[in-house]
Amino acid sequence: MKMIEIIVSSIIAFFILAGAFFTAVSAIGVIRLPDVYSRMHAASKSSTLGVMMMMIGTFLYFWYMDGYMDSKLFLAILFIFITAPVSAHMLSRSAFHTGVTPYKLTVLNELRRDEMGESDDPDAHPITIKNFKK
Amino acid sequence: MNTFLDIVIILSIIILAFSMVGMVYRMVKGPSLHDKIMALDAFGVMLMAMIALIAMTLHTTYLLVVILLIGILAYIATIAFAKYLEKGVIFENDRDHSE
Repeated sequence: MKMIEIIVSSIIAFFILAGAFFTAVSAIGVIRLPDVYSRMHAASKSSTLGVMMMMIGTFLYFWYMDGYMDSKLFLAILFIFITAPVSAHMLSRSAFHTGVTPYKLTVLNELRRDEMGESDDPDAHPITIKNFKK
Repeated sequence: MNTFLDIVIILSIIILAFSMVGMVYRMVKGPSLHDKIMALDAFGVMLMAMIALIAMTLHTTYLLVVILLIGILAYIATIAFAKYLEKGVIFENDRDHSE
C-alpha cells in the first residue's frame, strides 16, 4: 500500500465517520430533548452538518477511486445548506402559531413578545411562559 | 479495492441505520404533529446520506442523482405541511388579506 493511498483513505474515512457521528448526535437529540423547538434545533443543525461532511467524503471517494469528479454532490451540499434552515424556521413558526406549548422551564419567548407587544423595555423581568402545561 | 474504507463505510451504515430508527421512533410517538413532520424531514436528510453510502458500497455513480431528488422532495413536503398546518391552505391566492 502506497503512502498516498493511506493518506487519502484516512481523509475520506475521517469525513465519512464525522458525518456518521454528527448524524448520531442529531438522532440522540431528537430522541432525548423535551420540546418540539429544541428537537427542531437538534434535527436541523446537526444532521445538516453530518450530511454535508458525508457528501464531501463521497466526492473524495469517487474522485480518488474512479477519477470521477461529480458536481451533483456539491449541488446537494448547496441545496441542503439553503433549504434546511428555511424548512426548520417555517416548521417552528407554524408550531408556534398552532399553539404547541414550549417546555415549562423556557425563560424567554421572543416571538410571543414581538407579536403580543408585551413590555419591550430591556430592564423588565424576562417574559416567562404563563400558561404552561404541568 | 480498499479494505479499510469498506470497513469504515459499513460501520457508518450501521450508525446511520440506528439514527434512522430513532427518527422513526419520534415519527410514531411524537406528541404533536410538528414533531412527526420534523422527524420526517430529518429522516429525508439522513436518507440522502444513506444513499451516498450505498453508492459507495455498490461502487456506482448512478445513484448520486437520487440524492438530489430526495432532498428536493423532502424540502417541498416539509414546506407544504408547515403552511398547511399554520394557515389551512398551501397556496394563498389572496395576497393582501389580513387576519
